[in-house]
Amino acid sequence: MTTQRDRKQMEGFHKNNRIPVPVNVIFSCVFIFLAAICVLPLIFVIIISLSTEESIQRIGYSFFPQGWTGFAYEYVMNSSETVGRAFLVSIGVTVTGTIFGLMMNSSMGYVLSRASFKLKKHYTMIIFIPMLFSGGLVASYMVITQFLGLTNTYGALILPIGVTPFYIIILRTFFQTTVPDSIIESVKVDGGNQFLIFFRIVLPISLPALATIGLFLSFAYWNDWFMALLYIRSTHMQMYPLQYVLISIERNMDFLLRNAEFFGAAMDGGARLPAEAVRMALVVIAVLPIACSYPFFQRYFISGLTIGAVKG
Amino acid sequence: MVRQASAGPDNITHKKRKRRFGSDNWELTILGLPVVAWFFLFSYLPMFGIIIAFKRYRPVGANFFDSLWKSDWVGFENFLFLFRSPDAAIIFRNTILYNAVFITLGISVAVTLAIMISMLYSQVLAKVTQTMIFLPHFLSWVVVGYFVFSFLSTDRGLVNNLLISMGRQPVQWYIDTAPWPYFLIFINLWKGMGYSMVVYLASIAGIDISLYEAAAIDGAKKWQQVKHITLPMLKPIITIMFILAVGRIFMSDFGLFYFVPRNSGPLFNVTQTVDVYVYNALFRLNNIGMAAASGFTQSIAGFITIVSANYIVRKLTPENSLF
Repeated sequence: MTTQRDRKQMEGFHKNNRIPVPVNVIFSCVFIFLAAICVLPLIFVIIISLSTEESIQRIGYSFFPQGWTGFAYEYVMNSSETVGRAFLVSIGVTVTGTIFGLMMNSSMGYVLSRASFKLKKHYTMIIFIPMLFSGGLVASYMVITQFLGLTNTYGALILPIGVTPFYIIILRTFFQTTVPDSIIESVKVDGGNQFLIFFRIVLPISLPALATIGLFLSFAYWNDWFMALLYIRSTHMQMYPLQYVLISIERNMDFLLRNAEFFGAAMDGGARLPAEAVRMALVVIAVLPIACSYPFFQRYFISGLTIGAVKG
Repeated sequence: MVRQASAGPDNITHKKRKRRFGSDNWELTILGLPVVAWFFLFSYLPMFGIIIAFKRYRPVGANFFDSLWKSDWVGFENFLFLFRSPDAAIIFRNTILYNAVFITLGISVAVTLAIMISMLYSQVLAKVTQTMIFLPHFLSWVVVGYFVFSFLSTDRGLVNNLLISMGRQPVQWYIDTAPWPYFLIFINLWKGMGYSMVVYLASIAGIDISLYEAAAIDGAKKWQQVKHITLPMLKPIITIMFILAVGRIFMSDFGLFYFVPRNSGPLFNVTQTVDVYVYNALFRLNNIGMAAASGFTQSIAGFITIVSANYIVRKLTPENSLF
C-alpha cells in the first residue's frame, strides 16, 4: 500500500531522475522533425491531388500550387465503372480475406493451445517448417496458376496470404494464457465437443486477440498488390483491387481512359485528362482509410506485436 | 518461438487416463485440418515444386506437377547459366549488402529512438510523434513509390524544382545510380522505424522502474542508467530481432526494390535484388530456369542462415534463441 505522501515523494523522485531540460528540448525537436518527415509526403500527395493541371504543368508538384481544384476527385467519383469498381473489389477482398484469415489462424491457434492434444507436435512442425524454408516465387506461382488454377479468380487475391505462422502463434499464446482450462473442462463434462467449445466459448471471450489479428489481416489485404500483380491478367481489369490500379496507371493511363464517356463530356474544348492530379487522388483514396483509422487501432497492433515477440 | 512446454502435469495425467486417440483428439485434429490443408497447398507443394530448378521446364502435362514430372532433368545447368552471368554476383551482393545495412541501422537507430522517446517529459508529445512515425508502416510500397516519385520525378518533382530555383541543373533521378543506395536505405528506415520503435518501446515499458530508482539513488546519471539498465534489459529482444533479420538476409522486400525505383533499367546495378531478379526473369524474360535457380539458391541460403544464426545464439545465450 502506498500512501498519498509516498506517491508524492515518488513523483518528486521521478522529476529528479529525468534528462536535463535542454536535452529534453533537443529530443522533442528531434521527434517533431521525424514525425514531420513521416507525415509530410502524404500531405504533399494530397496537395498535388488538389492542384490544377495548369499549375502542375507550369510549376510541377508543389506544396503551394498556383490553383486549387477538386476536379480530380470529381473525375474519380464519376469513374464508377473503373475506380469505384476497384474500390469495391478492395473492400470485398479485405472483408472476405479477414474473415477467412481469422477463421483459419484462430482454429489452428486454438488447436495448438490445447496441451492435451496428441498431434500437437506434428501440427506445430507443419506450421514451423515454412518459417524456415519456402519453395520461392517460381514454384508458388506455378502451383497456384498451373495446379490450383487460381489465375483471374478472387481466390488468388485471398487464399495465398490468409494464413501466417506468426498470427497462429500469437493466437495460440493468447488462448493459452487467457482461456482457462476449467471452462473447457466444464463444457466437456456437460457433453460439449471441441467445435462447440471453440465457436461458442473460446471465440467470444477472445475478441481482443481476434481484433488484433483482424486488423493485421485487414491492413494486409487492403494494402496487397502482389497477388493481383501475379495472378490477375489485364484481360480481367474489373477484378483489379485499388492498389493494383495504382500500379497499372503507373504503366499507362488506359485503365482510367476506359471511362471515356465522362472523359468526353467533361472535357470539351480540348482540355486534357488531369492525369497527374487523378493519379495522386487515387493514391489518397487508397491511403486515407488506413491513415484515418490506424491511430485508433494502434494499441491493438502494439499488443499483437508484444504477444508475438514473447517466446511461446 | 515454437518451443513447447510439453510435459506439463496435466499432460501426464491425460496420457495415463486415455491411451487411445479419443474423440477430443479427433475433434481437435479436424478443427486444425483446414490450416493443414492450406499449408500443404500453399507451402509444401511449392517446396516439392522447387526441383523445377533442376529441370528444363516445359508445360507439356495436364498440370504443373505432371509437366514437372515429364520435363527433362538438366542437373545444374540452370545454376551454371545463372552463375556464369554477371547478374548473379550483382543480385546476391545487393541483397546481402542492403540487408546488412538495414539490420545494423535498423536496430541501432530504432533502439536509440525508442530510448530517447521514452525519456521525453511530455507523454502527449511522445504519443503523438510516435503515432505519426508509425504511419509509413501502414502504407503499401506502391503508395510509397508514388510518394518518392512526387519528390524525384524528373520534370515535376519537388527536388528538381528546388534545384532549378537555386539555379542548379535538374537531375534524372531514375537514371542516376549514385544516390540510390542512400535513397533505398533511407526509405526502408523511414518505413520500418515506427514498427521497430514500438517493439523496443514495449520492452522498455516492461523494465522494472525500481531498477532505475536504485541506480539514481546510487548517483547514476541518466546515460549511465541507459548503458547499465536499459540496454542490458533490451538485449533479449534485440537478439531476437537480429536473428529474425539475419535469417532473412537473402530475402528482400520486392516492393521496395521494384516499385520505389520504378523498375528502371539503368538502375538495375544498384536496385536489383534476388526477388526482383526472379520476378523479372520469370515475367519479363520468360526464363523459368534462371528464375528457379536463383530462387532455389535463395531458399537454401536463407534456410542455412536462419538455422545457423539461431544455433550461434543458442550457444552464446540459450535463453535468447528462437527455437
